[in-house]
Amino acid sequence: MTRLSLAACAAAALVIGCGGGNQNQQQSSVPASSGAAAPAPAATAVDPATAATVTGKVKFEGTPPTPQPIKLSSDPYCQKANPGLTTETEIVGKDGAIENVFVYVKDGLGNRTFPTPSQPVVLDQKGCHYTPHVFGIQVGQPLQIVNSDDTLHNVHGLAKANKEFNQGQPIQGMKMTHTFSTKEVMIPFKCDVHGWMNAWIGVLDHPYYAVTSADGSFSLKGLPPGTYTIEAWHEKLGTQTQTVTVGEKETKDVAFTFKA
Amino acid sequence: MLPVFAALVAASTALLIFAGGLVTSTASGLSVPDWPNTYGWFMWAFPISKMVGGIFYEHLHRLIASTVGFLIVVLAIWLWKAEPRGWVRKLGYVALAAVVTQGVLGGITVLWYLPDAISIAHASLAQIVFCLTTTIALVTSRGWQQSYVVSRISLPESRRDITLERIAVVTTAVIYLQIVIGATMRHTGAGLAIPDFPFAFGRLIPPVWDSKIAIHFAHRVGALTVTLLILATIGHVFFHHRRRRELRNPAILLLILLTLQITLGALTVLSQKQFIINSLHVVNGALVLVTSLVLTLRAHRARFAASAAGTGSAVGFAERNPAYVPRGANA
Repeated sequence: MTRLSLAACAAAALVIGCGGGNQNQQQSSVPASSGAAAPAPAATAVDPATAATVTGKVKFEGTPPTPQPIKLSSDPYCQKANPGLTTETEIVGKDGAIENVFVYVKDGLGNRTFPTPSQPVVLDQKGCHYTPHVFGIQVGQPLQIVNSDDTLHNVHGLAKANKEFNQGQPIQGMKMTHTFSTKEVMIPFKCDVHGWMNAWIGVLDHPYYAVTSADGSFSLKGLPPGTYTIEAWHEKLGTQTQTVTVGEKETKDVAFTFKA
Repeated sequence: MLPVFAALVAASTALLIFAGGLVTSTASGLSVPDWPNTYGWFMWAFPISKMVGGIFYEHLHRLIASTVGFLIVVLAIWLWKAEPRGWVRKLGYVALAAVVTQGVLGGITVLWYLPDAISIAHASLAQIVFCLTTTIALVTSRGWQQSYVVSRISLPESRRDITLERIAVVTTAVIYLQIVIGATMRHTGAGLAIPDFPFAFGRLIPPVWDSKIAIHFAHRVGALTVTLLILATIGHVFFHHRRRRELRNPAILLLILLTLQITLGALTVLSQKQFIINSLHVVNGALVLVTSLVLTLRAHRARFAASAAGTGSAVGFAERNPAYVPRGANA
């Protein structure tokens, strides 16, 4: 629907509804936001026999913050489904290990291109929070967004390089699929119904990304030998970069430390 | 009945502004992603049980807005049928056009993900709609009408106070400008750009500047300007017109509302934008505006009488309504 027709519809519908969608139509897929793209160059295969790995840990230095309980009273379902929900902004575990840090190759891959996975990445709205909280996806790879809750959610992706979108999922079990047309690190997701619900997604044109687990570790496997800029991104603590050079079959360890 | 209904419409507009303030203050503006439907339901068929979280504020705002829109349609028709003064009938049409535009802006801002310019325009036009409904309620009121009749016959020229007329107009205009700056501050996320009060980062003038700090500081300077203008207006009324209840009463109310508004503004910052305080600040600002407007219009009442007497604006209405007996004709 064009903006002009939207405005005309809006004028006619001040008091009465404007024919719009019904509940079933809400269950729609959101198409890729780009127009007709030029044919992608052939993917450059990485020789598994020479592939290298970058591993490491992300740590927090200082007094670790305590996750705060979230007030869920604005939605009785959430209150019942997930009464112990706490903030996920900073999760610091044993020995200062930070969870949910997005680590990726920021630079160094040159003009290499990589195949787009057809397997969707799933973002679930369950217990009135997003699972996972931080994750990565490749350009063109389907993102399947699911509402597993018996309450209404809206899925609002506040993309800047990609197209912003906001779609309602009022019924339990609803799914929608979205794809991103260009790389963007990071895109915040939020549910405007439940102000505490947010997630972050890193969209890249290559598969070399990871999210730190509870022990703060990450692993970037299958890298072609070379010199890379590795960036660690955290939603509150910011970013850090390091340069690492890996040879054939080599594994190198990189450590990131964020300070309070 | 028309004056009572017009007053009801004006009051409902104030309620609508409060509901709109709640939407912004709770960041619920996009909690209902579609418009004019709500999650695919026709607006009035959306189940109450599903009004959870941010949906409660956004959908409630839509319901109140639709109701106010309907009431203004009725008001415009009523004025068209029953109001002898052409300019008052036109006010009804303008109010109707304004509220329709307001509804469209509200829908567009949701569908386009709350662009600042549209959201600010939506907030600013809301004040115009409130001014229009308040003006209609005022000029159709018994007090205004009686003074209107009296003024044609015997209003002493000395009661026209040019100084008051001018200062009241300036005050009302500056209050409106201040509200537009406030709306800009709210919708650009600058409400806490200066986190302390009454100082700015511990000083009179902020030591650091960016666009948000500038907007926030402009709102504070605006508050000071509005305060001085309102005090000047009130002072003038009390010094020169303390026996005129139609001026004295809004002046007193203006003083009360101004005090409340400054308090709410300070509490908004100090409470880090607690949503009810923040929304009360919005609606109280609107009340300051329309109270100043009422005082301004009453200060200009003699001019309205002179203008109406010279234009014969009721002629067309009388032709369409042969049974009409002008108010006061039997007195």
